[in-house]
Amino acid sequence: MADLKTNFLGIESPNPYWLASAPPTDKEYNVRRAFEAGWGGVVWKTLGSEGPPVVNVNGPRYGAIYGADRRLLGLNNIELITDRPLEVNLEEMARVKADYPDRALIASIMVPCEEEAWKAILPRVEETGADGIELNFGCPHGMSERGMGSAVGQVPEYIEMVTRWCKKYYDRPVIVKLTPNITDVRKPAAAARNGGADAVSLINTINSITNVNLDTFSPEPSIDGKGSHGGYCGPAVKPIALSMVSEIARAEATHGMPISGIGGVTTWRDAAEFMALGCGNVQVCTAAMTYGFKIIDELTAGLSKWMDEKGFKDVSEVVGLAVPNVTDWQYLNLNYVAKAKIDQDQCIKCGRCYAACEDTSHQAISMSEDRVFEVMDDECVACNLCVDVCPVDGCISMEPMSAGEVDPRTGLEVQPGYANWTTHPNNPMAKAAE
Amino acid sequence: MAQGQMVPGIVSGRLSSDELTSNFTDLHPPLAPHEAAVAADRCYFCYDAPCVTACPTDIDIPLFMRQIQAGQPEAAGETILAQNILGGMCARVCPTETLCEEACVRETAEGAPVEIGRLQRYATDSVMVAGDHPFDRAAPTGKSIAVVGAGPAGLACAHRLAMLGHDVVIHEGKPKPGGLNEYGIAAYKSTNDFAQAEVDWLMKIGGISIETGSVLGEGVSLDGLVENYDAVFLSIGLAGVNALRTQGADLDGVRHAVEFISDVRQASDLGHLPVGRNVVVIGGGMTAVDAAVKSKLLGAEHVTIAYRRDRDAMGASRYEQDLAASHGVKIMTNVQPVTVHGNGAAAEIELEYTASHDGQLSGTGEKIRVPADQVLKAIGQTLEGAPEGLALDGNKIAVDEAGRTSLSGVWAGGDCASGGEDLTVTAVAEGRDAAMDIHASLTA
Repeated sequence: MADLKTNFLGIESPNPYWLASAPPTDKEYNVRRAFEAGWGGVVWKTLGSEGPPVVNVNGPRYGAIYGADRRLLGLNNIELITDRPLEVNLEEMARVKADYPDRALIASIMVPCEEEAWKAILPRVEETGADGIELNFGCPHGMSERGMGSAVGQVPEYIEMVTRWCKKYYDRPVIVKLTPNITDVRKPAAAARNGGADAVSLINTINSITNVNLDTFSPEPSIDGKGSHGGYCGPAVKPIALSMVSEIARAEATHGMPISGIGGVTTWRDAAEFMALGCGNVQVCTAAMTYGFKIIDELTAGLSKWMDEKGFKDVSEVVGLAVPNVTDWQYLNLNYVAKAKIDQDQCIKCGRCYAACEDTSHQAISMSEDRVFEVMDDECVACNLCVDVCPVDGCISMEPMSAGEVDPRTGLEVQPGYANWTTHPNNPMAKAAE
Repeated sequence: MAQGQMVPGIVSGRLSSDELTSNFTDLHPPLAPHEAAVAADRCYFCYDAPCVTACPTDIDIPLFMRQIQAGQPEAAGETILAQNILGGMCARVCPTETLCEEACVRETAEGAPVEIGRLQRYATDSVMVAGDHPFDRAAPTGKSIAVVGAGPAGLACAHRLAMLGHDVVIHEGKPKPGGLNEYGIAAYKSTNDFAQAEVDWLMKIGGISIETGSVLGEGVSLDGLVENYDAVFLSIGLAGVNALRTQGADLDGVRHAVEFISDVRQASDLGHLPVGRNVVVIGGGMTAVDAAVKSKLLGAEHVTIAYRRDRDAMGASRYEQDLAASHGVKIMTNVQPVTVHGNGAAAEIELEYTASHDGQLSGTGEKIRVPADQVLKAIGQTLEGAPEGLALDGNKIAVDEAGRTSLSGVWAGGDCASGGEDLTVTAVAEGRDAAMDIHASLTA
């Protein structure tokens, strides 16, 4: 069995699964249950400044998007940071950390953008024995209206400034949690690094309205007939998160910076994908909120089994394996030619590939009287839409052509080797191939 | 106190009223909204969907599935009813396992088709429950059409004609409209007097009147109808039953299965309906299965279906055969009745084993006796009372694709007419299509 023991910024945990800063980590009771269930660590629900805590709405905080059979695909929330007194949270954190020294316990913090505010809270967090802090520059709702959360995360200069304060007043690892509600995630990540951050974590939630009630015309979740955008998370956001993670992992300014991956991690496979794109560990929230803490059993067993199958002994071996394969479009190999192939033995004759190709793509699939669907190689551009809409896994595949074969669509011979857009004759900016 | 299964002879009250009520509830309970959403989501929205091709009424099944998925079951119901005005009954009685569900690609893929029949019921029930009739009549044409027989074909024809602006008078011999929907069809498939509720709902279109007790050849004649109406549609079903040419067939306890089924359908108290302890049903079609299952549900101890050919040749689908078996009905194949034994009343039936040689069925000489205080004959219905002068095709009224008979101005459809299987859904299609042709000829 592969060992899932993880060392992230020197913080050890028995597995790479931390619970993200969110309702599941709001108090001692939940966190103890999580640790008993086997979670590797928690990022405690975001702490605010001392004084009267924030208040939440007294109506629905969550909205959801469903797939078939009410499978929750996306969750949206308008909950704020912890609404319990700072003192209570700190006492609980200290108790829990003392009882579970082998688990990671990170404090998420969000206080005003003033040095004094950070200077005041950091020593108190340090006293709890927490292993590190995560700066919440991500929450897109509520707190951002007060100049915190994503309001900071959207201004790289602020990120750098606050990170610097934290490194000044706090000795343990500082993780900066990034908002996806920006145009280029590399900028805030670089700012965090410039400020001295030990790592970034991403993504926080995405601005969202889950749906509109067509009787009341209120956005959901609705509070007395009105709705406010919330933060979107869950399986639906994973592709966005993977892309943002990959951008940071491969950008010159941030390459090699430790990343804690967040965004729709639901099964072991999601975790492996985040790690392959450069994450040292992952954080989970929606899956736990949907199914409870027991999912950790599948998350750990699945990752371990996959690592065994692949011959990985340590999770660190997985980290970043896919990063070299993330590239810009312009560097994709234009000599690579594939054709869709339909396995007639597996085909159930639904015709979805035909409808998709005929109506919306390249008219490259034929349909016979007796519902035999076949790819016409002279029309197929290998777009993959037929594969994506086919209900039978593995029925349609993309078969690469070999060099020297003639592509019946273009009448051109498939060229050996690699050639991309930068050298393509149609590119006005093309450089001569060297 | 219930009499129990063991009492010999044909007696009523074998089961308690609670048992009877439970036995005659819906075979398949209606889907709840969430179940329906999940079941409809399994539809792949096939291109040129095979299920539609397999449906005699060409219901746009993928469209109505999508409408259920999108939270509008009533819209789904209208999609169904626009093609098949008796879509509610068809949802209950169609042998979907040999029609749409057999063609479903998920049947190919995993042996579990989309539950089209149950979803059709969910959708059409939504329309019925809402109570509104979703179709309007066109401007009056001043034409009037006589429909003979208020079964599925007649009702479908009448509704379509009324929708197109014609006036329709239906002549029905029985006290109630509905035809086999009312007097045939397994009770556990059409509960809560659905057949009458459906007719009432259908009649809301307006422009249709039903004259019950009006029998062709008695009160009314085809010549009279042709003279008094702009067109005539005959949907008189198969009123005759084949005779059992067997010694002892006249003993007490031997009767036609269709009469027995009709009695069950019309019974106000199932506890008063007599059934044998040992029932043998002769035949292999849906009627045989319905009669056998009903006998079992009424409390018969042993029920046997005796069919003269092999299992594959049975008219009842495999699903229906399994339904019978799951109710404890024994199915004997390759046996033919020889003699019903008994002193005044049936007590035993003697069957001879058969074998098929070059398609010719003959007795092997080996015989078996099966206890039988009740023998139900389900060996087919025949055309009876067809007016003189109509050309026949075999033993049915000959019609062309559009339902036209050999007589000008007279159309026919349903079981009495040639072509198509004798199914409710086929009858609906034929009635509807004949109406379109009548309309075309009257407005040409």
